[in-house]
Amino acid sequence: MSRRRLLGFFEEEDDILAATRAVRGAGYEISDVYSPYAVHGLDKAMGLEPSKLPWVGAALGLAGAAAKVWFEIWTSEYDWPINVGGKPFNSLPAFIPVTFEVMVLFAGMSTVLAFFIVARLYPGRGAEAPDPAVSDHRFVMVIEENDAAFDADVVHRLLRQFHVGRVEERVD
Amino acid sequence: MASAAIRPPLIAGDKTPQQVTSDICAVLDRKPGPLWLGGFLFSLSLLLLGAAAVAYQIAVGIGTWGLNKTVGWAFDITNFVFWVGIGHAGTLISAVLFLLRQQWRTSVNRAAEAMTIFAVICAGLFPVIHMGRPWLALWMLPYPNMRGPLWVNFRSPLIWDFFAISTYFTISATFWYVGMLPDLATIRDRAQPGFRKKLFGVLALGWDGSYKTWLRYETLYKLLAGLATPLVISVHTIVSWDFATSVIPGWHTTIFPPYFVAGAIYSGMSMVLTLMIVARKTMRLEDYITVEHIDKMCKLTLAVSLMVGSAYLTEVFVAFYSGNSYEQFAFINRVIGPLGWGYLIMVVCNVGITQALWFRKARTNLLLVFAISIAANIGMWFERFVIIVTSLHRDYLPSSWADYAPTSIELATLVGSFGLFFTCFLLFCRYVPVIAISEVKGVLSIGRVRALKPAHSSSPVPVAAEEEEVPV
Repeated sequence: MSRRRLLGFFEEEDDILAATRAVRGAGYEISDVYSPYAVHGLDKAMGLEPSKLPWVGAALGLAGAAAKVWFEIWTSEYDWPINVGGKPFNSLPAFIPVTFEVMVLFAGMSTVLAFFIVARLYPGRGAEAPDPAVSDHRFVMVIEENDAAFDADVVHRLLRQFHVGRVEERVD
Repeated sequence: MASAAIRPPLIAGDKTPQQVTSDICAVLDRKPGPLWLGGFLFSLSLLLLGAAAVAYQIAVGIGTWGLNKTVGWAFDITNFVFWVGIGHAGTLISAVLFLLRQQWRTSVNRAAEAMTIFAVICAGLFPVIHMGRPWLALWMLPYPNMRGPLWVNFRSPLIWDFFAISTYFTISATFWYVGMLPDLATIRDRAQPGFRKKLFGVLALGWDGSYKTWLRYETLYKLLAGLATPLVISVHTIVSWDFATSVIPGWHTTIFPPYFVAGAIYSGMSMVLTLMIVARKTMRLEDYITVEHIDKMCKLTLAVSLMVGSAYLTEVFVAFYSGNSYEQFAFINRVIGPLGWGYLIMVVCNVGITQALWFRKARTNLLLVFAISIAANIGMWFERFVIIVTSLHRDYLPSSWADYAPTSIELATLVGSFGLFFTCFLLFCRYVPVIAISEVKGVLSIGRVRALKPAHSSSPVPVAAEEEEVPV
């Protein structure tokens, strides 16, 4: 079955926020909203769960730190111990700065990579925004029409309340 | 709404999002003007001078420097610390002020982050040159090698420094790029079909403004800001440990980490002021980087200047309170010794002149602020020079006391690093939006009440009432 979507084009931040709340409150499924900037509060209006990306950062950051501590102890105490100014081979406190840097590096880079993967961002991906003006000023709300309860008239009326610019139906 | 009535708008000129896009991208669409071209060629020639000097000292060896048996660290390390310090304000503005929800940062964060990256590149050059055999720089990496494998000494602050600077550079560059994705998409979408559109299409990674992506992006941004904040503190702390873990009087003090971090942020803020005052004028961005922005940055500069000042006082006090005669001598020599003039420049420029910023009249006089920021840059360069050279040149044995003066090669290398910095910065101004377009759009509504348009239906129905009517 083809996928039918109703697209509402808005010009103002307040409108898209209120419209999203209203459309979702009326029981319709908003598959996505496209916006030129991160509108504060839109995640709540769309009912999106907070991102789990911080867990990736925490897990890989700690893994990186642990690996680094192991590596420092292995190289300095076991593989080739060198007496530096009579300091102990396993100079754990002196290993902290590098361990910290490696933890930050792993946490940061792994979260960025995870972000690229989950958001499916990669070089060569074409932009799929419903309107090129999204990156300038326009807000676009995409409502799924496959719902049995979908009533185009009601949705149109609802969107018009929030100064929708135009409404468009797309089938793919 | 209550806040709207109290807070003045952050962006002047009652801009719409479209205007923001076109104002900031206008510079990128124009052909470069004579001012930019002149500045670029000048910076490039400085860079070439520096490149020639670096090539010469690598070929001949660092015996071309003014160093001697007593003063083993001087100009090169001064420049290294100077440039790393400058980088720190970029992270302060992009990460710390983000976590503190200082929304005025949106106008300056992109440029400040760019400054960070270029400053760290300049900084990184100096230790590599200082190695004398820079082609062996990769020996700092702990990779399995044919020399044993001989691993690096993880107890050494110089290795900590290598890890700190490279992590700092990687994270800052990534933070900058990720922050730029939405703006790269904006350029892609408004570019005419052709090479530029393709290039920015690749760089923007297919960013389409989906809010699901925005939400993850915001999470990522917050996380990177949270990581960059302790990182920036650790970086200059580790830089200060290069000195503090030694047993040289004047270096061996526990105040060094906070002292260096405060100094770094101070020098960086003054560099941001220098750059922003010029950029807003030449690129006609007065509506985005308003006098209020400069005013706020001045207050920050003043605050860190006071921290630096209290570090200066504490340092001297502790030297005398310690009862350690070597420490006391180091400070007497620092203040009234042969390089006392450097100490005077440092105190006057970093703590003296900046006091003018207590007054709003001074903070809003951009010419004066510009002059103060230049003085602060000079003062902070001298701070590092004074710390490094005065602590070394009169050591424990008076028979080995020596003087230090930079050679022309060292001066040319410093000039070259400025050339590199400004060449990169000018290219940045031409090819990427200097102001974070999407972030500025997000703060447009601050301090502004929206002019209400009438709804399309003749009598607008309150939202709540309509919601009840809708069959669910």
